[in-house]
Amino acid sequence: MTLLFTKFGAYGGQYVPETLMPALEALTAEFERVRGDRQFQSELNSLLTDYAGRPTPVTLAARLSAHLGGARIYLKREDLAHTGAHKINNALGQALLARRMGKRRIIAETGAGQHGVASATVAALLGLECVVYMGEVDMARQQPNVFRMRLLGAEVHPVASGSRTLKDAVNEAIRDWVTNVETTHYLLGSALGPHPYPAMVREFQKVIGNEARAQMLAKIGRLPDQCIACVGGGSNAIGLFSAFLEDPAVKLIGVEAGGEGIATGRHAARFADPSRGQVGVLHGTRTFVLQTPDGQIADTHSISAGLDYAAVGPEHSFLRELGRAEYTVATDAEALEAFSLLCKLEGIIPALESAHAVAEAVRRAPKMGQDKNILICLSGRGDKDLDTVMKYLT
Amino acid sequence: MELPMPLADIERAFKRKPAFMPYFPIGYPTAMDSLDAIEALAGNGADLIEVGIPFSDPLADGPVIQHATQIALQNGVTVPGVLQSIAELRGRGVGIPLILMGYYNPILHFGPKAFCEAAVAAGADGLIVPDLPAEESAELEDALGGKMPLIRMIAPTTSADRTRRICATAEGFLYLVSVTGVTGARESVPTGLREFVDRVRLAVPKGLPLCVGFGIATPSQGAEVGKLADGVIVGTACVRAVGESADPKRAAADFAATFRKALDLSHGTLNPV
Repeated sequence: MTLLFTKFGAYGGQYVPETLMPALEALTAEFERVRGDRQFQSELNSLLTDYAGRPTPVTLAARLSAHLGGARIYLKREDLAHTGAHKINNALGQALLARRMGKRRIIAETGAGQHGVASATVAALLGLECVVYMGEVDMARQQPNVFRMRLLGAEVHPVASGSRTLKDAVNEAIRDWVTNVETTHYLLGSALGPHPYPAMVREFQKVIGNEARAQMLAKIGRLPDQCIACVGGGSNAIGLFSAFLEDPAVKLIGVEAGGEGIATGRHAARFADPSRGQVGVLHGTRTFVLQTPDGQIADTHSISAGLDYAAVGPEHSFLRELGRAEYTVATDAEALEAFSLLCKLEGIIPALESAHAVAEAVRRAPKMGQDKNILICLSGRGDKDLDTVMKYLT
Repeated sequence: MELPMPLADIERAFKRKPAFMPYFPIGYPTAMDSLDAIEALAGNGADLIEVGIPFSDPLADGPVIQHATQIALQNGVTVPGVLQSIAELRGRGVGIPLILMGYYNPILHFGPKAFCEAAVAAGADGLIVPDLPAEESAELEDALGGKMPLIRMIAPTTSADRTRRICATAEGFLYLVSVTGVTGARESVPTGLREFVDRVRLAVPKGLPLCVGFGIATPSQGAEVGKLADGVIVGTACVRAVGESADPKRAAADFAATFRKALDLSHGTLNPV
């Protein structure tokens, strides 16, 4: 098996304090080992099947497709995975790795709470101690997930510094890791952070794309014309995209959070706002980062806590530079509209994050022929967002 | 061999054993107070000063320095503002080495080459970037072009092999992180510090001073560390003492004088200040 690269073109790398470098080296080595280890892979696959409920289905959104009057829309149903989002795929992989490395304590950051719930879940499953860092703003808007994590036996640690959202939760998690690195594994939730995380998380999320590719071939006898996924850090997107990279006819589209609109400055669209989204370094990786003219990390906004983050996964920066994937935005309002459509036409309540991907399909499908097919990664379910949505819709 | 001036100045600063290196960020509690405080530290026994460049996401720092640098940002401090402050301190007659300490993103955003040139021109003597390990430092090394050193950090988790690799290109001095963790006062000097310092000493080119930082809160802890290392770095305790005082300048002067005295006593010789 080929070794993972520490960089994706000019992006990625390991911009962390020296204290963490030996831990990253050890993690990289261990991950390289398990990639070819049949026993590890078979244990992971059993858990994905018997515990997480994989493979998740691909659903034809027939009424949504008819309503839009163009391409047929298929949904990769990560919302049906255990804990209600794709985050479980990566959490299981990393928790098994942590156990193998003798680390009995895991820490995680969470924005929407989905990764926190997934981490708390696998910690309970494997008997590991779990601490989840979560910004106070996110705790307020994702109350049900906070309660879930506590039920699962995790300690949820409120983060009151900075903007009190995901970025600050990552800061706190890294501070914990620097302090407890000998005993603790940092279960990073997205395709972000220092090497090996972006590559490792992609490998653990690749199951989404591998399944979906085979399922589309089985269903329609060919590949989808377009794959669409929301991009916060971008782990569900990279998991989906990575199975189609060698299929040049398949368009790959990532959707960032347009918030209240790019012109307002209140958004989390790293690629869509060239005045503020520039190459920088945040949380150990070099990538596009929303920042101020003085190089301070900018505050971000999105209706969805999971997309409300200033940096994008480095591999997305690379895919964009290569022209292999394109990136667009959906605003809060567009995501809400797509959210409602999917509820009413398909009986599926999507996560607000995933609703951004649906919104892009809503724009694209009518312009495409009925013989064309769109595959959306429905990365999670929306139960956690009901409070937020009700506030906006009433 | 003639050393570039910053290196020569740093070498001279370590003639006093142990050297005392407080940390202070520009812009806290106000821009003016921070300059007064640094000037007072320099005038009362500091041998070098680590001058902090505030950053929005200081992930190697504990609550006290996080708070201070947040206030500094609210006060409008910018990277050019920090460099201007270095020049102003030089204008006030501060002659000891000033080592800039800042996270990488603001430097990268400013442009590494432009930043290094401006920093040298302003009178800085070195650079500490806590989120830039040896693996990622080529870009900044190129930008520095040997005009001033990029200070290397060694952690308790750094293996002997890795220490040797890092030290092969180290200049100025070596920054030993005393504990795994973020900056901030600790109850006591960590056990195992002596072994850590000894281990690094064996891997280091002769003559490269070893400075220990992170967690040193009191003059007596400083004295204890000063018996092992060539330099003692004190951040959080200094920031707290100055920030909590109604008279930051006075507090900085007292803080430096007290530490200096304890360090000199510990070394058995009262150096002339």
